[in-house]
Amino acid sequence: MAETAASDKTAGARSDVTKYFQSKTPKSSVASDSLFKALLYGSAVLMLLLLGGIIITLLVESIPAIKATGFSFFTETVWDPVFQEYGALAFLVGTLLTSFLALAISIPFSLAIALYLGEYFREGAFSALLKSAVELLAGIPSVIFGFWALFVLVPLVRSIEIQLGVVPYGVGILTASLILAVMIIPYSASIGSDVISLVPAELKEAALSLGATRYEMIKKVVLPYARSGLCAGTLLSLGRAIGETMAVTMVIGNSNMMPKNIFSPSNTMASIIANEFAEATDTVHVSSLIEVGLLLLIVTLIINLLGSYIIKKMTLEQ
Amino acid sequence: MAEGRITFRIIKDVLFKAVVILSSFIMIIPLLLIIFYIIRNGIAVINWDFITSLPKPMGELGGGIANAIVGTIMLICNASVLAIPIGICAGIYLSEHKKGRIPAAVRLCMEILQGIPSIVIGIIAYSWVVVNMGTFSALSGAAALAIMMLPVIVRATEETLKLIPESLREASLALGVPYSRTIIKVIVPAGLTGILTGVLLGVARIAGETAPLLFTAFGSPFMNMNIFKPVDSLPLLIFNYATSPYPEWHAMAWGASFVLVVFVLGLNFFAKVISKKWKVQF
Repeated sequence: MAETAASDKTAGARSDVTKYFQSKTPKSSVASDSLFKALLYGSAVLMLLLLGGIIITLLVESIPAIKATGFSFFTETVWDPVFQEYGALAFLVGTLLTSFLALAISIPFSLAIALYLGEYFREGAFSALLKSAVELLAGIPSVIFGFWALFVLVPLVRSIEIQLGVVPYGVGILTASLILAVMIIPYSASIGSDVISLVPAELKEAALSLGATRYEMIKKVVLPYARSGLCAGTLLSLGRAIGETMAVTMVIGNSNMMPKNIFSPSNTMASIIANEFAEATDTVHVSSLIEVGLLLLIVTLIINLLGSYIIKKMTLEQ
Repeated sequence: MAEGRITFRIIKDVLFKAVVILSSFIMIIPLLLIIFYIIRNGIAVINWDFITSLPKPMGELGGGIANAIVGTIMLICNASVLAIPIGICAGIYLSEHKKGRIPAAVRLCMEILQGIPSIVIGIIAYSWVVVNMGTFSALSGAAALAIMMLPVIVRATEETLKLIPESLREASLALGVPYSRTIIKVIVPAGLTGILTGVLLGVARIAGETAPLLFTAFGSPFMNMNIFKPVDSLPLLIFNYATSPYPEWHAMAWGASFVLVVFVLGLNFFAKVISKKWKVQF
């Protein structure tokens, strides 16, 4: 009882002191303080509203398409706005083919760069050279990658296709995958080198002191230790590859058919939106394209969140 | 026998290192090729006229990309006006509230926003701005770019302000400076270089974006200063000219690519120099 009374008393005294100082400080500064705090809070909450708004807008706008096509949206391959048929399976397949092919092409190179920067040359001129090259590559806008691919890579692929005896389109899944691979290497390489440089020196020294060569040490210690981080880097670059629009749109050939092989022209989810959205007038057509966008958002969101979760977990374990 | 095995192991080690170095440098080849083509084909068409005049109709010689340069600057300025104040405020909020449910949600939200494909942001700006205004406009393009810029600025602001020592804030508060003035006059100036770097990186990110502009800013061959009308931008112009069948337009697209690459890489370089040179150490 006495204790609470005492604490009440001190609390009372404290509030008296606060009141005294508040009466001394100008009213305007107290008001501006709370206004300022409200401003900070408001802009943070605005971020949440922004993301919520984005997701809700996509959901609401794709309702007409969901109503019109239902589940066949994911199983039908015919996309024909003239006859009001909207099946997105061909684009799903096109997206998966291009991005996984790009990933397969890029993995050896990004792993090599990660080992180079994270293990072999951590400092010095050699590392600075490669590091700035990677940064330059990451800084080039995607439309320029597409433009370059259209005029340099497409003729190259066409001549290869003539040699192989397949229909020489030049544009198609393979060309798109090649340019995508070049575009995602900087991301997976920089994440990979960060992850590899996190491998504790004691582990590496232990392996070396047991007589392992550097290659054996990398194979038996560094790569197993960094495995989950490397996977996460690959996932994040997969997320980028799936969402990439311009470079792919320019070289994939824009065919709404189901791709037959890796040389055939196709369309990805992003490129079909880029190609048709501005010209779409029919409600169901617009709404179907927005549904493709929603699908794209969900796929990239899952991949990105999984990737960053793995990386966070790994950095916390250190 | 043992001699043979150790030589074999050493050979494998050396070979592996050679493969790593070789494949690392293979990555530089496309980079060099891209830069080579842009410089070779870009320099050929760039002159004063190219920068300052408007595109001519097909068939006439000459013409430039002034409309796209002005449009790009306009889009960047508008997007910055929309994104920078809110982004910095949200960044300050996150650095002031390290724990709690709302800051954690905002951080997650920033991560998600960063990963949203740019074409989806274009759809959003279309259905929020273009549909309501009834026309393609610079404003809608700027809105899309602002959404793309936000996560970069918020993260840069938060990361920078987090590193500023508590003693600085306590000293200011102990002198009786109100909270808001402590933030504005002490904390933010101390982290200004980091915030500036973030802003520059954000601008570099949006300067080369094409996908969200396809159906928002839309492009226009005329000089336009009105934010409620469609404008052209450098990346859009490159896309439209590159996919056209005319060699003259391809040449102009190379020139525009050169201007754009110099601008974007210049911004990246500038951001790096600022963060290195003027970094305040605590």
